[in-house]
Order: sequence, then structure tokens, then C-alpha cells
Amino acid sequence: MFDLENIKTTFAFFDDWEDKYRFLIDLGKSVPALPTEFRVTDNLVRGCQSRVWLLGEYDTGHNQLKFQIDSDAHIVRGLIAIVLATFDGHSPNDIVAYDIEYLFDELDLMNHLSATRGNGLRALVKRINDTAYSYVPL
Amino acid sequence: MQMGEPYLGSRPEPMSFDTESVRSDFPLIVDSNLVYLDNAATTQKPRVVLDALRTYYETYNANVHRAAHNLSDKATEAFERARQILAKRINAERPHEVIWTSGTTEAINLVANCYAQSQLKEGDEVLISEMEHHSNIVPWQIACAQTGASLKAVRVKPDGVLDLDDFAALLGDATRIVAIAHVSNALGTINPIQQIIAQAHAHGAQVLVDGAQAAAHLNIDVQALGCDFYAFSGHKMYGPTGIGILYGKESLLDELPPWQTGGEMIEEVRLAATTYQSLPYKFEAGTPNIAGAIGFGTAIEYVDGLDGDSLIAHEKQLLESATAGLNAIEGVRIVGTAPEKGPVVSFLVDGSHPTDIGTLLDQQGVAVRTGHHCAMPLMEAFDIPGTVRASFSLYNRLSDVDRLIETVEKARSFV
Repeated sequence: MFDLENIKTTFAFFDDWEDKYRFLIDLGKSVPALPTEFRVTDNLVRGCQSRVWLLGEYDTGHNQLKFQIDSDAHIVRGLIAIVLATFDGHSPNDIVAYDIEYLFDELDLMNHLSATRGNGLRALVKRINDTAYSYVPL
Repeated sequence: MQMGEPYLGSRPEPMSFDTESVRSDFPLIVDSNLVYLDNAATTQKPRVVLDALRTYYETYNANVHRAAHNLSDKATEAFERARQILAKRINAERPHEVIWTSGTTEAINLVANCYAQSQLKEGDEVLISEMEHHSNIVPWQIACAQTGASLKAVRVKPDGVLDLDDFAALLGDATRIVAIAHVSNALGTINPIQQIIAQAHAHGAQVLVDGAQAAAHLNIDVQALGCDFYAFSGHKMYGPTGIGILYGKESLLDELPPWQTGGEMIEEVRLAATTYQSLPYKFEAGTPNIAGAIGFGTAIEYVDGLDGDSLIAHEKQLLESATAGLNAIEGVRIVGTAPEKGPVVSFLVDGSHPTDIGTLLDQQGVAVRTGHHCAMPLMEAFDIPGTVRASFSLYNRLSDVDRLIETVEKARSFV
């Protein structure tokens, strides 16, 4: 759905914050909305100022993790699009091995991963990693 | 991170208050293009406070009250002088009614803990309000859980004004203590605490005032207010972090048992029994935050050196200007429109989450706070996820308000 290489290429063109954030917000608009029945406490990612819901499903046959993620904040949805482009449909092993900090650094979005920011990106990434870990063969 | 362009204000600043001179006293403010509007979280520090900390550590660092040497005498004298400065600032009758704590949170915890130990019992009631900061809720929840007392919260009206009818209805002879914010951190509402105190006293209840958001913005006179306890932090009024005070009436503090125990607070320790120091040391176990207390005293002296009335007028002007500017933006809704407010404006922008606006303002070099502001029950009562909060201080200029309005307008165009 989201192509990471496309996102990276687009980000590389931006030389001011306005273009970058307008793109990020646009990107967020294409994240499919999570149906209301899944917007429940059990699916909430704790540690977010905005609400973030995460559903993960493991496809044994293809060894793939599929994610549905949504938020009530525009910029967080944009960040979710990047997270989906990175992790959605990948194997638990690949997810665990991937260093998303490097990606966010490259996109100059590291401030969103900071522990103080409270937008939940860090908590979201941790929960995805924890989910992936639970499916990594011992 | 890219910051906003340096902003050169076009509006003349009010004559009565010399903002530019004040700004030059604050290194972080004067050397920065940042528009800092998160003063309710913590204020910046004037150079005199930084110098006081440095001078203490460089020239007379010693433990207080105990040693038999000159350096300790000097540290003790400065430490106790700071207590006197604080006592005078709030018009406490006696300096030993000022207890050093690590901040407002510890001060409230001290009282709640002592009340749980010695004052509260089953059937008693503790009265707070819906607009309290978590640090004036949770200590009382625990005190009530420990004693079987019950916790009641006064409703807040949709405009952010405390519902005084509800207060009168909830207040009763079972009420042992009313714990209430002087100024709401999330909304800015100034509560009519003098009236609240009088009504509580008429029912035999004592009153603790959480003054964290008031001390830097109002002139506090604990005797005129008649409050039993008043708590505030140093770092929200130009002092260092990790220091604050609990003011308490002597007779009440004498009655309460000690809280934390250890060195400094004892008179005589025998293995069979221990007798405690008199006030204020009974409540100051362990080596205190000496540098913090001295720095706090210096911060108070700094504020005392300014004209208090024109400072209040200056901050009021900032608030009124921000309120008018935000109200003029379509889709912006101010949360908390009480007639009496401290320099805090909380708002929401239609179709966006507070964190969106906070992030977009940050990108433009404007620092605000977003979220529930540690007042989740209030956000729940208002059925909102949180707010964007801009809070002003003496070094903010009208051009900072202009910058806020411009950046909110721009942020709105994104979402």
C-alpha cells in the first residue's frame, strides 16, 4: 500500500518543514480508517497523547505480519503510514532485525521518536516489535 | 529542527512594564528566537538565580545546621534567610511556617500523608475539584483508601468556572479538608479561594491551596486568605527545580505527625523512643536542597524587585491579546473562559488533534504544551482529548502573542 522507497525519495526533495509536514499529513489521509469496533481499549497503544490503535495478525502460511493502525491525530497518521510501509507484510524476523531509528533519522523525523514527545510513535514501534518477537521461531 | 524566522514585533510594548529589560535578565530568553509559551510547565531562570547557585557551590557549599565550622554557618545563614524571604513573600506570620519540600507535589503528599496518619477516619470526607492537577488528586485518593474516608470532587461548569453551588452542596460537617487549586493549570481559572476558605472553615474543615500556578502570577497573602496550607514550586516562578514550599499554620503543623524521618528532623534518638525537632525541621528529614532553597530565595528577591502590579497588568494584557487573537481565528475554540484567569489560554482547533497543532507550532519555533495537562478528570468532564496550552510569563512580549496567532493560523491551514 505504501512504498518505503517512494516515501524516502519524496522526503529527499523537501528542503523546508512545511512541504514535509504537508506531505506527511497527506500520507496520513491514505491510511485506511480502523472500523469503530476495533477502536477499543484493548487495541490502544499506551503512552500516546493522541490515541493510537494497533491490530496485528500473523499469516502462518506466508510467515507475514499484517498490521492495521489508526490514530485520531493527522501527523501521527502520517507517521503510521511510514511505519506501515516499513513493517506491514514482513516476516517477524525481518521486523525484529530492522532498525527504524535509522530510517527516521534519514527522514529527519527523529524528534518524533523521542521519549518526551509522547506522540506514541516510540510506544507503537515497541508494540510492533514485541508482537514480532512473539512469532520469531526460537 | 528548523525554527521560525526571528520575529521582530511591530506592536509597541506597554510602557508600564519594561519587558525588554526583564528579557535581558533571562539568558535563555534573550539569546533565543524561540517563543517560549510553556511557562505553566516551568519558567526560565534569571541570571541572578543561576549566579546564586554557582556562588553557593563555588564559595560556601557546606551542610546546614550541624557542623562546627564557618562555612556551614554561612550556608545555614543563607538557607534560613531564603526561608525568611519566602515567608515574607506570602506574608506568613512566622518563618518556621514555611517548610522546604521538593515542590508542590511533595508538599501536597506531605499533608495528605500526615492527614491519613492522624486526622482522617472512616466517614470523613476530603473535598477536591474536577479541575485539580493529578498531584492534588492521587495523594488524596491514597489517603482516603488508607483511612476509609471518601473523596468528593466539586463540578466545573462548561466555561471552566468552579460550580460554587455544587461546592456548597458537597461541603458538610464530615468534610475534614478541602484541597483546591488557586489557579487551574489546564484552564487558567482563578478560583475564589478566599470565599472557599471561609465556607470551609464555617464547617470546621481545613483548606489546602495548590498554588503551583498562582505563585508566579498573583500576590499571595496567606493570612489575608486565611488558608491552612499553601503549596507551590520554585521552578514555576523563576527558581530552580527540586525546591518548593509548604506553608502551614503553626498550630496545625505542630499537631501533625512527622512524615519522612531520618536525620535533621530529630531532637533526640534513643532506641526506645525518639523525640522530634520543632518546626520547621520536624518536616525536613535529611540534608535539604540547600542550593535550591537559596536559588528560590534569590528568585523571589528578583520578583520582589519588579513592580508587582504592573507585572500582573502585563501578563493580563498578554492573556487578553492572545484570547482576542485566537477567538478571531475561525475554527479555534478556547477551553476555559472564566472571567478571572491567570495567563493561560487552552484551546482546540477544529478537525485537528492538539498534538498536531503542538507539532506544527514547534516547527515554527513556538513552544506550547499539548495533552491533558495532568488533569484527566477535567478533560473527561469536558469530553475532550486534551488541549493546546499557551502560558505566558513576565518576559513574554505582545509580539510573542502575535507569533502564536500567526503560527496557529498557519497550522490550521495544514489540517
